[in-house]
Amino acid sequence: MSFKSFDFVKHRNIFFGLSITLTILGIISLIFLRLNLGIDFASGTRVDIMAKHAISIDKVTATLDHLGLKYERPTLSGSEHNIASVRLPKVLDHQEVAQVKAAFKKAFGVDPSVSTVSPQIGRDLAKNAFWAVLISSLFIIVYVWIRFEFLQGLAAIIALLHDAFFIITVFSLLHIEVNIIFIAAVLTIIGYSINDTIVTFDRIRENMRLRKKKIKTFDELAELVNTSIRQTIVRSINTVMTVLLTVVALMIFGSTEIRTFTIALFVGLICGCYSSIFIASPLWAVLKFKYITRERKKGKKSAESLT
Amino acid sequence: MAKKSKIFKGRIAAFFLILVILAVVIGFTTKPIINNIKLGLDLQGGFEVLYNVTTIDGKKPNSETLHEAVAAINRRINALGVSEPQISIENGHQIRVQLAGIKDQAKARELLSTTAHLTFRDYKDRLMMDGTEIIPGSAKVEFDSTTNAPVVALKIKHPEKFAKITKEVLNISPPNNVLVIWLDWHKGLSYQNESTKDHPAYISAPQVHEVLDRKDIMITGLDSVEEAKNLAALLNAGALPVKMKEVYSTSVGAQLGQHAMTKTVTAGVIGIAAVFLFMLLFYRFGGFIANIALIAYIWLVLAVFVGLQAVLTLPGIAALILGVGMAVDANIITLERIKEEIRWGKSVRSAFKAGNHRSFTTIFDSNLTTIIAGAVMFVYGTSSVKGFAVMLIVSILASFLTAVFFARFLTWLWVSSRILDHRPGWFGVRKGDIREL
Repeated sequence: MSFKSFDFVKHRNIFFGLSITLTILGIISLIFLRLNLGIDFASGTRVDIMAKHAISIDKVTATLDHLGLKYERPTLSGSEHNIASVRLPKVLDHQEVAQVKAAFKKAFGVDPSVSTVSPQIGRDLAKNAFWAVLISSLFIIVYVWIRFEFLQGLAAIIALLHDAFFIITVFSLLHIEVNIIFIAAVLTIIGYSINDTIVTFDRIRENMRLRKKKIKTFDELAELVNTSIRQTIVRSINTVMTVLLTVVALMIFGSTEIRTFTIALFVGLICGCYSSIFIASPLWAVLKFKYITRERKKGKKSAESLT
Repeated sequence: MAKKSKIFKGRIAAFFLILVILAVVIGFTTKPIINNIKLGLDLQGGFEVLYNVTTIDGKKPNSETLHEAVAAINRRINALGVSEPQISIENGHQIRVQLAGIKDQAKARELLSTTAHLTFRDYKDRLMMDGTEIIPGSAKVEFDSTTNAPVVALKIKHPEKFAKITKEVLNISPPNNVLVIWLDWHKGLSYQNESTKDHPAYISAPQVHEVLDRKDIMITGLDSVEEAKNLAALLNAGALPVKMKEVYSTSVGAQLGQHAMTKTVTAGVIGIAAVFLFMLLFYRFGGFIANIALIAYIWLVLAVFVGLQAVLTLPGIAALILGVGMAVDANIITLERIKEEIRWGKSVRSAFKAGNHRSFTTIFDSNLTTIIAGAVMFVYGTSSVKGFAVMLIVSILASFLTAVFFARFLTWLWVSSRILDHRPGWFGVRKGDIREL
């Protein structure tokens, strides 16, 4: 297989460049396209209905017009266009919800789902989501720091935040609605996609121990990192592959309610696998070598001052 | 290579015995486990409301008041006949109510948000008596003997007080000699205004013709039997000591919920089958053992989930399915390591030993980070995310037990029987790849 001879560290700048470009693209996209926030974070009302037959948008709007409610353009989904979703800027109270439910039941024969989020709760949810991402990242840095070394923790977390941000980039570019379950997906990626990085770092640590001589040149360090990646790449890919199999099955065959969630996981898993192979370890090699040379200089200086 | 070592057939027999026991346990317990799973409202329809709670005079409630409110809500829900409502206090000033599988959502929500503060007032809206005078649990629906209209019959605590009130009202000249019965009267509502309307906001305003000195009183003027039933239920459950305002709500139609569940479970079966196939193709015998462990894993997760009395939500199902993909990670890490050791020229037995030993910390580290993320999600998440987090944590713990210990033990039975000594192919290693020592 080709990766048996691939020099991951030597070609690092290609991948660093790619990741930096994607991150910049993400920042630009967030500034101009922003995120398509669902009612969870933006407040309002959302009505979903699944009928037995195809739904016409006109019928949905007519039902809402009849109630005198303002709405955004409904969207249709489902293989037969039998699922419709519509967002209303107003936070309906329980009487209005009852009216909407009754009207839709009369028009389409089935009970719709109605969710309302008040602005205060939307803000709380967004705030909680932010804290959740921050706190779990912190815990993971601390853990990796304790178990490995600080530079590995740093490289792992950079790769991790890169993954999380890439998911947000994709959602911003494709304008997919972001809801509370999206946060769960991002957190899952934060917790899970570090696994492959840990597997590789673990091997680097083991190979460092097995090595008798001290590392002197960058090439020696690069060779050690390359060997470790090559030794673990099959398991890095296979562990992600089995999870991807289930995620793809959920994405294709699962219900539309969790599609946002599965898309986020899909993007995050692939990006996480990529970053743990092409970003985390080469980045660590660069950081580590800088550290080694600096220590050596310090050593020389102190040696000079002694004489 | 000529030496033929003894094969321990007993260990192979033990392996098959374990398989049979596992099959019997799973076969007999799966159905009751599945029947006992509590489905969330996103799977069977129902609704969830988060209320902001303030005291009647608009202040922040203390914990005692909140607990009283929860008790009152519980009594009302019991009147609706919903099994297993979930009511929780959040952030010190919010109450979350989750009712799954409820038929009449509109009625339930109406019933929940009514303060149900019953008051008796005179024509100038002066308070004469309130619901605290009613003997708890005494309200019941009856029918007026002459008009056959539905009424709510009540018993009151102090008949002499009621006598005093009726006497007072009697002294007012007609047509203002009325005792107006209000549910949730608030400032701005007045009898004078409402009495001119077709549907006044008060329940009724009977005229007082005599001093009533008795325990039993009746509320008339109810529009329907349904209304009478609701009123009786509300009065029996007691007034809420607080005001509640809906700030977040989700209601899922029953069809939508069932559809989502069927689709997701189908997707799960396909995804899990794909994982099974993948493991068999890549790791052969090791994959076969991993698959047995996986079956034990799915069973264990469901059993623990039921044991915890956790509620299965749609994201929860997703977590279970995702967990299958994650559970085999431990097997993959171990099996890859074993393969590697075999390729380095170790015997199958020592490769198995070294592979297990060296992969353990890796598996431990990688699982722990996912648990950290799961725990944070549990703390900061709302209901559906919490459901996901619980399932994620349970999955990881269960996968650690099954994929690490159970699968290892099963493999050990085979490896230590020496039957695999010259069969590296069973682990997916080609003989040509093995380095000679």
